[in-house]
Amino acid sequence: MNRRPTFLLTMIFFGLAFFYVPIFSMIFFSFNRSRLATVWGGFSTEWYGKLFSNSQIGDAAILSLEIALLSATAATILGTFAGLALARFKQFRGRSLLAGLVTAPLIVPEVITGISSLLLFIMMAQWLGWPAKRGFTTITIAHITFSMTYVTTVVHSRLSSMDMSLEEAAMDLGSKPWQVLRDITLPVISPAILSGWLLAFTISLDDVVITSFTTGPGYTTLPILIWSKVKLGVTPDINALATVIVVIVGLGVTLSTIILTRAEHRRERDIQLAIAANK
Amino acid sequence: MSDVVPKHVDSWFNRRGWRDTIIAAPYLWLVLFFLVPFFIVVVMSFAKTVSQSPPFAFLPEWPYIRWEAYNRLITDSLYIRSFFISIYNATVATVSCLLIGYPMALGITRVGRSAQRLLLMLIILPFWTSFLLRVYAWIGLMGKNSWFNVALTAAYNAVVPTSWAIDSIQMMNTNFAVVLVMVYSYLPFMILPLYANLERLDTTLNEAAMDLGSKPWQVFKDVTLPLSIPGIIAGGLLVFIPAAGELIIPSLVGNAADPMLGRVIQQEFGSNRDWPMASAVAVALLLFLVGPLIIYNYFAAKAQAGAKS
Repeated sequence: MNRRPTFLLTMIFFGLAFFYVPIFSMIFFSFNRSRLATVWGGFSTEWYGKLFSNSQIGDAAILSLEIALLSATAATILGTFAGLALARFKQFRGRSLLAGLVTAPLIVPEVITGISSLLLFIMMAQWLGWPAKRGFTTITIAHITFSMTYVTTVVHSRLSSMDMSLEEAAMDLGSKPWQVLRDITLPVISPAILSGWLLAFTISLDDVVITSFTTGPGYTTLPILIWSKVKLGVTPDINALATVIVVIVGLGVTLSTIILTRAEHRRERDIQLAIAANK
Repeated sequence: MSDVVPKHVDSWFNRRGWRDTIIAAPYLWLVLFFLVPFFIVVVMSFAKTVSQSPPFAFLPEWPYIRWEAYNRLITDSLYIRSFFISIYNATVATVSCLLIGYPMALGITRVGRSAQRLLLMLIILPFWTSFLLRVYAWIGLMGKNSWFNVALTAAYNAVVPTSWAIDSIQMMNTNFAVVLVMVYSYLPFMILPLYANLERLDTTLNEAAMDLGSKPWQVFKDVTLPLSIPGIIAGGLLVFIPAAGELIIPSLVGNAADPMLGRVIQQEFGSNRDWPMASAVAVALLLFLVGPLIIYNYFAAKAQAGAKS
């Protein structure tokens, strides 16, 4: 047993290097004076200046955030409903079809989801006259569809592992069902709902493939803008944009981890205190 | 999962129509925006390409449908080739992720609690940054003038005889680049389920095997590895499925002469405007991915039923 951890820890070290060397290299070259993004030509912050004066990038970021906020919220509502239906209603017609439908978007490759959504919108436009133009609405609908299933997965697994005797006990003590839902079920699954929303939000914010099929002229989200720039080659302004995104995401994830860990510690301490007080 | 739902919850939801709403809203949404579009793709694959808008039509009389797209799928070498390239790339990426990810996941279970949290966060962190930017980071590294390529070239030239020396390594626009970037992008999907599986294993089993005289690698081979097979399967599926249908990575770093299926679907649909052909490739790819999964689920359920009885 003594020698193996050395090997395993070495693998962890090289694995983390594999993860982070490309990212740090990208950040490093965002401060490059040269137009050639990968050959060092001296320190400069001019690409950041160009980045912040470029209104195209700002507009794309705002559009992405709008779509992500709207689609994550709708996906959370629909996904939580589906999770509740699958975990709490054991018998209804077509239950297994619903169970299949919430896992299918996780398995189907994004290209296929993208093409099939586009074909639906084209057919609907032809037969119903709606949606007349593809853009904000079509992107949002497509994002809701495939991100709601992630919410369902998270909420469903929380509901399945939840102790149902809590809900029964509340009901035996005279709570009405809506009170049980409000006072017991929703508070218990609220962390799962929150992480489902965050997951849906980041999935929407990051999506390229499905957006590229369902977007229309004039609706360029941030990933679509980066995609069209990256196809043309490596340029320092994308390095600068990437650095800004990595810093925002890094800070966000670190902060939320710290807050969640603290909350967890506090909860554990409260439980300990409650147990001690009852002895 | 508990199967007992208090009866009054059921009846209350029914009386207010809540139950129906909770079931119907996500149901209708998924049927309309996921199932119906998929049927359109299946129907489209039997249509005929015509030069009008939209560019398809069905035969005017019986049998209305054409098998031409599927016929081309199994005879045209372009599709056969890209099918095998997709399987090959996805397999190599999955095996590489397993070889790199398994020791990492096992290593994480062997450190202290707070170190585990930190390491897991470090592994998930790149996953939260933009997927596109992670691909972009590798485009920067693999270019002919980049420090990474220059360093690798120098290392190569130092090892081989001078007559074999090269100016730079061709990494961009190769199949190797596609696999490398897929491993980079999907490695967390392998590590996380493996970690979840390995972390739950009972370490007393290892100790028992050691006490009975097993060497460390024997303990690994006879105890840890067999018990972690569910984690390997879960991680393998999470890497293989998106890798087989990958579009972005082959489009940005791949070789246009060796296209993967995702890229073929997009090209047929976009630049060639051959919607029936794109649909047929999509249906074939989906059958290929979902078929083994259904078979696996069937046998897993059967094994479980067998274990119970």
